[in-house]
Amino acid sequence: MDMKTSSGKKLGLKEKYRHMTRGLDWETSYQKREDVHPLVEYEGIKIHDWDKWEDPFRLTMDAYWKYQSEKERKLYAIIEAYAQNNGHLNVTDARYLNAIKLFLTGISPLEYMAHRGFAMAGRAFPGAGPRVACLMQSLDELRHAQTQIHSLSNYNKYYNGFHDPAHMLQRVWYLSVPRSFFDDAVTAGPFEFMVAIGFSFEYVLTNLLFVPFVSGAAYNGDMGTMTFGFSAQSDEARHMTLGLEIIKFILEQDPDNIPIVQRWIDKWTWRGYRVLTLVGMMMDYMLPKRIMSWKEAWEVYFEQNGGALFKDLARYGIRPPKWLDQISFDKDHISHQAWATFYQYGAIADFHTWSPTEDELDWLSAKYPNSFDKYYRPRLKFWREQAEQGNRFYNKTLPQLCQTCQIPMVFTEPGDPTKICYREVDYQGEKFHFCSDGCKEIFENEPEKYKQSWLPAHQIYQGNCFPEGTDPTAEGFDPVSKVLEYYNIGFGQDNLDFEGSQDQKNFAKWRGMATSNE
Amino acid sequence: MQMDLRTVSIQPLRQTFSNIARRFGDKPASRYQEGTYDFQSTVNFHYRPTWDPDHEIFDTARTAIVMADWYAFKDPRQFYYGAYTLARAKQQEAAEANLGFVENHNLVATLDADLRQRATDLLLPLRHVAWGGNLNGASVCAYGYGTAFTQPFIFQAMDHLAIAQYLTRVGLLLGDESLLDQAKASWMNDDAWQGLRRYVEDTFVVKDPFELFIAQDVALDGLLYPLVFDAIVNDVFASQGGTAISLATQFMTEWFKETRRWADATIKTAASESAENKALIEKWAGHWRDRAAAALRPVAQIAVGDQADTLIAEQVEQFNARLAKAGAQV
Repeated sequence: MDMKTSSGKKLGLKEKYRHMTRGLDWETSYQKREDVHPLVEYEGIKIHDWDKWEDPFRLTMDAYWKYQSEKERKLYAIIEAYAQNNGHLNVTDARYLNAIKLFLTGISPLEYMAHRGFAMAGRAFPGAGPRVACLMQSLDELRHAQTQIHSLSNYNKYYNGFHDPAHMLQRVWYLSVPRSFFDDAVTAGPFEFMVAIGFSFEYVLTNLLFVPFVSGAAYNGDMGTMTFGFSAQSDEARHMTLGLEIIKFILEQDPDNIPIVQRWIDKWTWRGYRVLTLVGMMMDYMLPKRIMSWKEAWEVYFEQNGGALFKDLARYGIRPPKWLDQISFDKDHISHQAWATFYQYGAIADFHTWSPTEDELDWLSAKYPNSFDKYYRPRLKFWREQAEQGNRFYNKTLPQLCQTCQIPMVFTEPGDPTKICYREVDYQGEKFHFCSDGCKEIFENEPEKYKQSWLPAHQIYQGNCFPEGTDPTAEGFDPVSKVLEYYNIGFGQDNLDFEGSQDQKNFAKWRGMATSNE
Repeated sequence: MQMDLRTVSIQPLRQTFSNIARRFGDKPASRYQEGTYDFQSTVNFHYRPTWDPDHEIFDTARTAIVMADWYAFKDPRQFYYGAYTLARAKQQEAAEANLGFVENHNLVATLDADLRQRATDLLLPLRHVAWGGNLNGASVCAYGYGTAFTQPFIFQAMDHLAIAQYLTRVGLLLGDESLLDQAKASWMNDDAWQGLRRYVEDTFVVKDPFELFIAQDVALDGLLYPLVFDAIVNDVFASQGGTAISLATQFMTEWFKETRRWADATIKTAASESAENKALIEKWAGHWRDRAAAALRPVAQIAVGDQADTLIAEQVEQFNARLAKAGAQV
């Protein structure tokens, strides 16, 4: 956009953008500011001058439409070609699809939540700069939710487990982990939301969340997923800039903000890290062609890159997040502990699990020399032997869940991988259970919030996860089948082992049709 | 002759997602459907908002409008992100060409001084009205219920921002930066603008998302856009040698024509749901229409003097007819 004023003076980009955003804003006088923007005070964050906000990306709407529409055009052309060409038959192995099921049910509905959350944040902030940035991100997040569902729509036509993502997110046991993370963020105030999602999630952890799925797709011949991932890249770059800008802005405004922000960084790094357990498991166990191990990813993207970031933030008085020692110890363990959990509970999940092949076990041994052979390989071998004898193990007892992160209590003590870690707190005459010091402390800071957690295992035991009209006292009542019905998980289609699944059979048959004349 | 290109054909297991199949049967679904229906969570929320503990994160009780199914709403434009963005990209190309044409041919110089002044005085403070529309769009998108209802409001929010930005460019065609400052001063202080500013600021504290939709997108936009951009700019100004202005604001004319269809469909769906909804919509629409008409009178006078009353009466009449067609008598 080339713009001159009629007097012939050409405006600079910055100047021009000022007229296009903050120049539009005014101090209301018919309504009080605290009535127009009632949510900016209650978290205790002090902002003295909203104009100190540096707009991280100066994008006017016309430029936004122009740029984004070009990306949309390309993306949808590829989605269509991929579908028409039965691109799904080009993935490395049908097991790979389960990683994408995890993405579609665990991540895409969160992109939607981010859309609404950024609309809330944009509405809440009185400054023109943050408002525009948040609303543009809200629009982008809608894009991501929709391009993902559109890209994966074709997989849903041919494979199980993809068919009801938003429904499952609100019901299925393990999906309460990512869902409660986002529910937690949007029920916080606007500043905490920005630190939680804009900074911790989009900036600090994005290379550990979004990137492994997209790289995994690229490594495994999944052009559908890869394309929406790459198409979102420039949006994500804008979002990362916003995440960093918001944190610097808050910290620079008032020293009283520092301890509040520090507590949020501690909390959201830990919350985010717990959600990343699912990604770690995906990277180590679910990709037929692996990118790198979870441990390597943590070292590169958090310890090295994150380390540099926190060094930079030190000048504001911010220290690195709490519990990093534990995370560093746990990096040898959590992906294995998570996979073991999903393997056991494979009857009530919407994707398949399996016994890793011998080659894969060797890869894991090489990547995890300190832990895998000693603690995890023997168990996987035992389960495989049992499965081969027709005793595939399915755990039928529901696990205890952590009140904060909602992950089953399967993680071990920091420093002792042979002992499950339990923590508890008495609050208002009730006992609450936690998987870690981090989750316990987060609860203790806001017990009124976390006592509300909708814990799937508890809810099943309370009879709240059966289809309407179910009579649990009826003869022959089978709770598992009723829970699956409530989840809309098709028994023998969406769940159980990959070995013998419809996905496995169909993929083999269709690939045969596409590559031979039989 | 038809070409018979072949691809390996595999029988799909299902045509669409289960939630779409529950609503429409298992048949091929549109991108609008798959990208819209049931995306927003409705059950088993984990925590109440710390900023609004009386409600769930998404809660039907935030509005007095009652719907058996909030997915009864349907955007007749079938806008999901992709369709929206492609449509707007095309419009921005046209807008760019128009603004470029006005600029390159220095058409502003062809306006007589009085017309130029009136156009400046009328159009530039409207930047702030559009900026208000941006905030209100964000509100309804944030606190409304159900993607079919809320999704169009992020588009409205960003469209209003775009309009504020286009008006800024019109301002810079008509003069220089100082015009923008003068326009803001008028918006803040001139009597002619205070009714409208009060209106806009009062909408900022409307909590009910549906009422806010009526106040902003139905009543205010529904009177302001046809009045300013059709009746005044395209008719009166054009007849006074001001086609350049009409060209520079064509985006707004087209935009209103298009978004009106969506607003009408939204009213129609809610009003036909129940007599209670209909009565509420009529009450809100009547109230905000009267306020908007009154607030716009001195603004129209800036541009057309004594003609303002007639023009506004015509607009109100058309507005009433439009709402009657959508099922609300005001």
